[in-house]
Amino acid sequence: MEPQTIPVPTPFEKKLQAASLCPLVSRDIVTLQINAGKRCSLLCKHCHVEAGPGRTEEMSRATLEKCLAIAAGQSITTVDITGGSPEMNPHIEWFLDAAAKLGKRLIVRSNLVILLDKEYEQFVDVYVRNRVELAASLPHWKAEKCDRQRGQGSFDKIVAVIRILNGQGYGREGSGLVLDLVHNPMGSFLPGPQAALEQEYKAELATVHGITFNKLFCLTNNPVGRFREHLAAKGSYEEYMAALERAFNPLAAENVMCRTTLSVGWDGSIYDCDFNQMLGLRVDHGAPNHIEEFDLEALRQRRIVVDDHCYACTAGQGSSCQGAVGKASGVRG
Amino acid sequence: MAHQYYESADLADFPNIEEFARDQGKAFFEYYGSSTGAGKLSEREKSLIALAVAHTEHCPYCIDAYTTKCLSLGLTSDEMMEAVHVGASMVAGAVLAHATQMRKIIRKNEM
Repeated sequence: MEPQTIPVPTPFEKKLQAASLCPLVSRDIVTLQINAGKRCSLLCKHCHVEAGPGRTEEMSRATLEKCLAIAAGQSITTVDITGGSPEMNPHIEWFLDAAAKLGKRLIVRSNLVILLDKEYEQFVDVYVRNRVELAASLPHWKAEKCDRQRGQGSFDKIVAVIRILNGQGYGREGSGLVLDLVHNPMGSFLPGPQAALEQEYKAELATVHGITFNKLFCLTNNPVGRFREHLAAKGSYEEYMAALERAFNPLAAENVMCRTTLSVGWDGSIYDCDFNQMLGLRVDHGAPNHIEEFDLEALRQRRIVVDDHCYACTAGQGSSCQGAVGKASGVRG
Repeated sequence: MAHQYYESADLADFPNIEEFARDQGKAFFEYYGSSTGAGKLSEREKSLIALAVAHTEHCPYCIDAYTTKCLSLGLTSDEMMEAVHVGASMVAGAVLAHATQMRKIIRKNEM
């Protein structure tokens, strides 16, 4: 029997044209996202950064200083630090202490597991003293599912760290110390409704493990990095892309995160988002693409570089580093 | 290309089934949406019911759609398989309940 032909998705830019959103242009730069490096203590199956213990790329002190100067800009309200494990960058403690003085929202995306390591456990204090918001990936509330994606034993370690963080006030109502969890699907399908999943997470984690957190962010798996390799190995890349296209939501596209974010790579290159960063798609269309030539006015009005992976952020309820951006539209069967 | 009666790609055509009968199709989708969305029962509970019915009705499109939906909602394979067994046992029970007819006829007709 011949294999079924699954149509290649409509080029994303054409989809934007049909929704009267082309060209997609930045609205402002509200969030400065900084990739501190690709070294990580874990080796997760879904990682679009393809981070791991063997990676050596890390942001230099000079580049971090430049980021700090940019973060001081008036329009920027949020400094969002990603990796790898940001904790593995030797300059990050200095950076957090300095960035906290700017009085902006300061987020670190941590794998949490690293905070059990003697070498990095002091970061709990660093986070508390700088009122850093923590965002941590926890793909599922069941150990077996989480471990399948993040590595054997990772769930129990994350739970242990959340217990420590809860003890410091993180994830507790009224403490002002924010601990958000990040869910992504365990395969080639869209995440369910964020509110419903948050309810399940909260109930299960509180009842079974006695731990709490603030919000759950749902992220759609982007066909980039290791997840793309997974799709290719399963022969399901085309099918997944078709599903993303079917779920295209113009409202999610209108409010897509890259319109208010700037992403800085470990070497100071500038990107529209973290996914473009991993694909090597630097800011284009005449805007400066390196931090050394930073020009706020040019960048806040820049045209955003898009490609077919952008379907992931615009499918269903939408997907951003802050989770869903709206309600899903259309009939999904 | 070999064509089959059931092709998984046809699932994408589901939103178009209102073709040729717009009013009824529109009414169906409104009903479908309100019936399967969260109400007094959660979306998870309703999706498990739908998954079991998809199996008892032997609908490959529904099995595809609701397996994916259950996964999206974070349901585990154990929970989903339990729901399928509810459907299977209901069908088995319904078949066996009909044996009442057979047993009545046997009792009536045999000497």
